[in-house]
Amino acid sequence: MARAITPRRKLMNTGFAWAVGLLIFFPILWTILTSFKTEAQAIASPPIFLNFDWTMENYSIVMERSNYARFLWNSVIIAGGSTILGLIIAVPAAWSMAFVPSKRTKDILLWMLSTKMLPAVGVLYPIYLLFIQLGLLDSRAGLVIVMMLINLPIIVWMLYTYFREIPVEILEAARMDGATLREEVLYILTPMAIPGIASTMLLNFILAWNEAFWTLNLTAVNAAPLTAFIASYSSPEGLFFAKLSAASTMAIAPILILGWFSQKQLVRGLTFGAVK
Amino acid sequence: MGQIQLNQVTKSFGDVEVIPPLDLTIHDGEFTVFVGPSGCGKSTLLRLIAGLEDITTGHIEIDGKDATALVPAKRGLAMVFQSYALYPHMSVRKNIAFPLRMAKMPQSEIDARVENAASVLNLKDYLDRRPGQLSGGQRQRVAIGRAIVREPAAFLFDEPLSNLDAALRVGMRMEISELHKKLETTMIYVTHDQVEAMTMADKIVVLQAGVIEQVGSPLELYRSPRNTFVAGFIGSPKMNLITGPEAAKHDADTIGIRPEHIDVVESGGTWEGTVGVAEHLGSDTFFHIHNTGLGETITVRAIGDVSLKHGDTIHLTPRADEIHRFDAQGLRIA
Amino acid sequence: MATKASRSAARLMMAPAVILLLGWMLVPLIMTLWFSFRTYLPLRGGDQGWTGFDNYVRFVTSSAFWPAVLTTLTIVLSVLIITVALGVLLALLLDKPMWGQGIVRILVIAPFFVMPTVSALVWKNMFMDPVNGLFAHLWRFFGAEPVSWLSDAAMPAIIMIVSWQWLPFATLILLTAIQSLDSEQLEAAEMDGAPTLKRFYHIILPHLSRAITIVILIQTIFLLAVFAEIFVTTGGAFGTRTLSYLIFQRVLESQNIGLGSAGGVYAIILANIVAIFLMRIVGKNLDN
Repeated sequence: MARAITPRRKLMNTGFAWAVGLLIFFPILWTILTSFKTEAQAIASPPIFLNFDWTMENYSIVMERSNYARFLWNSVIIAGGSTILGLIIAVPAAWSMAFVPSKRTKDILLWMLSTKMLPAVGVLYPIYLLFIQLGLLDSRAGLVIVMMLINLPIIVWMLYTYFREIPVEILEAARMDGATLREEVLYILTPMAIPGIASTMLLNFILAWNEAFWTLNLTAVNAAPLTAFIASYSSPEGLFFAKLSAASTMAIAPILILGWFSQKQLVRGLTFGAVK
Repeated sequence: MGQIQLNQVTKSFGDVEVIPPLDLTIHDGEFTVFVGPSGCGKSTLLRLIAGLEDITTGHIEIDGKDATALVPAKRGLAMVFQSYALYPHMSVRKNIAFPLRMAKMPQSEIDARVENAASVLNLKDYLDRRPGQLSGGQRQRVAIGRAIVREPAAFLFDEPLSNLDAALRVGMRMEISELHKKLETTMIYVTHDQVEAMTMADKIVVLQAGVIEQVGSPLELYRSPRNTFVAGFIGSPKMNLITGPEAAKHDADTIGIRPEHIDVVESGGTWEGTVGVAEHLGSDTFFHIHNTGLGETITVRAIGDVSLKHGDTIHLTPRADEIHRFDAQGLRIA
Repeated sequence: MATKASRSAARLMMAPAVILLLGWMLVPLIMTLWFSFRTYLPLRGGDQGWTGFDNYVRFVTSSAFWPAVLTTLTIVLSVLIITVALGVLLALLLDKPMWGQGIVRILVIAPFFVMPTVSALVWKNMFMDPVNGLFAHLWRFFGAEPVSWLSDAAMPAIIMIVSWQWLPFATLILLTAIQSLDSEQLEAAEMDGAPTLKRFYHIILPHLSRAITIVILIQTIFLLAVFAEIFVTTGGAFGTRTLSYLIFQRVLESQNIGLGSAGGVYAIILANIVAIFLMRIVGKNLDN
């Protein structure tokens, strides 16, 4: 609202909003703080908030003990690989739908989205069986493919909404200027769509990173990403709060940072463009 | 060279035929304007010539060669779009150079041509800016610059001035006309504004519902419109079209008389009515006259500032030799 | 721009995405349908042939079915009510002028980016542990007996964890919707003498109705499939076995594929009913 507001009101808003914001954020903050405590301080009664001996010990123990690097690498490969693969398949498809629409375009888009609504548990065994048959069980390649297929509708959809904001006339101008289809996509469409492509990549990286049904059910050791790494702490070992916190912090830190960058585009991607 | 010939060209979108079979020749160096109300197919026709849409049947020849199946890039035409369609992520220099880069022209040649275009169009100071930092008129000039550097066989303009304000539009109209005189290249210009058509064209093509109503020079169209549609469309304010007994007196179904061809007289006169709205422009006054018994509101132009007011009685005499006669089909009777 | 060349290029470029998704949808779906009509126990005799609708009947009549349905509905409805109600309030709060709005926004959104296994474990151990959890400390501080959350109050605990994860989503979308509200409309209502509460009911809430519908539909689809939060906390015990967790157990734990597949078909039908409503809204949005 473009209206003047009394500093008093603003101060009250600020105080209240910050209190609520910190309350919501508190579990994450507490996890990060605990990860720097010793195990004894982590379960101290009453709890210690800031006044403890900061230590990096938990991080080094977690790294050594559980081969953290391999889980991390698997997460990066699975999230990154599926995003890039998805983009390669989705960019041409979104280009077609945005710039050469036909009567069926809308139906195809909605159908694609509807595949996203299939409950994973309903098709768990067939996928499991196919994975065994194809030798993809507990392989990174298998998970890259599954993650790509799960997120492909969202990638196509997001790119489509971004592409549609590019005026067709500009692409026609390029065509008149003698650009081939390849040059048109390379020199005109892609540079203009870079912000859209970037936020699409970001959101899909996050979604794939956090996916916890297929990653838990289709991996065992070799391809297990961070979701499975954390789930392994649900055994009594998890009672080591400081180490659990260190492991958790390492699993969520990259995504928290990426997520904060992408929050502006998030709404559009998550609601399939229905809320902008 | 830039002769464009359309032979029996048609265009359908699905089952809807937007352009029935159409023949048209545009001669080299001609400034041709396609004009008509919105939805008349003039932009579609331009896009067919550009190659941005496929023609359904028929042939398009450019300089005597069949171009029907050629992609836009291979037709040697340049186009200026309504929205300018500048590449927002490139500087003005890169925008203008883009078609030359696509043609794999050597860099030195590109630089020379861009410099030349920039000086012709007064863009020298803006070469390193982005389109977003330019005014509407400047963007328009960049779009034209991008077209002229290619030295195309013909320029296609798709309502290029409709996004500019009135004052700028008059200025750009002159600039484009001057450019045409200088380059002597074929230009095809689409507009819904008959004033633009009259002031710029060598040849006007009047379109309605995909059909060419008349082709001719501005004055031909003004003096002898082929039918009532062209008569009503060309000229400002509109020609008065009168039907009924008054038309029958002239052995016609409809007669037309332009506002500037009716004289206001002190008394007597052929027609008599009451003044409705009087628009005083200073140099001229337009009267909209009711109750003439002719069945229509009659528009009349009087030279100078004539002091008749709302509700006054006015006496009119149409100039007999300026009356256009049309038959029942709306066609001109010679 | 639609020439024959570009149309055929478009079809070609769309083909990979369409074919892949078609395969991804149809192959497992047909397999699930096939298994659901068979007695299939991989560890106890394998595929023992056709059984008609037996699996469907058994799945619905098993003693675990109705509790699972109830659990699923309780989780979905509770989380929806909590996240939408708090989401509207939070969105209204965040829309107000304040210092550090961007930072508060980031704090509020953060839980959405935490992977489900992490949030479930952090809540389970560091907050809900009956001995060392923060809640236990808090309860003791006020002289109360600490609660053994994930066994004695498992459902509220799970609902709380899931609500924490989805509150940012609801808030973010509702905030975006509020910010698109024309402030002149509110000012006009103020000029007309409408008090704050009336302005909320007659202008803000109707404006938010579409966004709220979308939040409800999208969350419903995801909430029906909640998995990791149960997997790492209670493992389906203490009355937290949802329909999808029940299917998961039938398939992977008891290895009764036929029965699990029949359950899967039920889940697919349920999700499709929700999806149809969502598709309607999204589709309408596509037209303009």
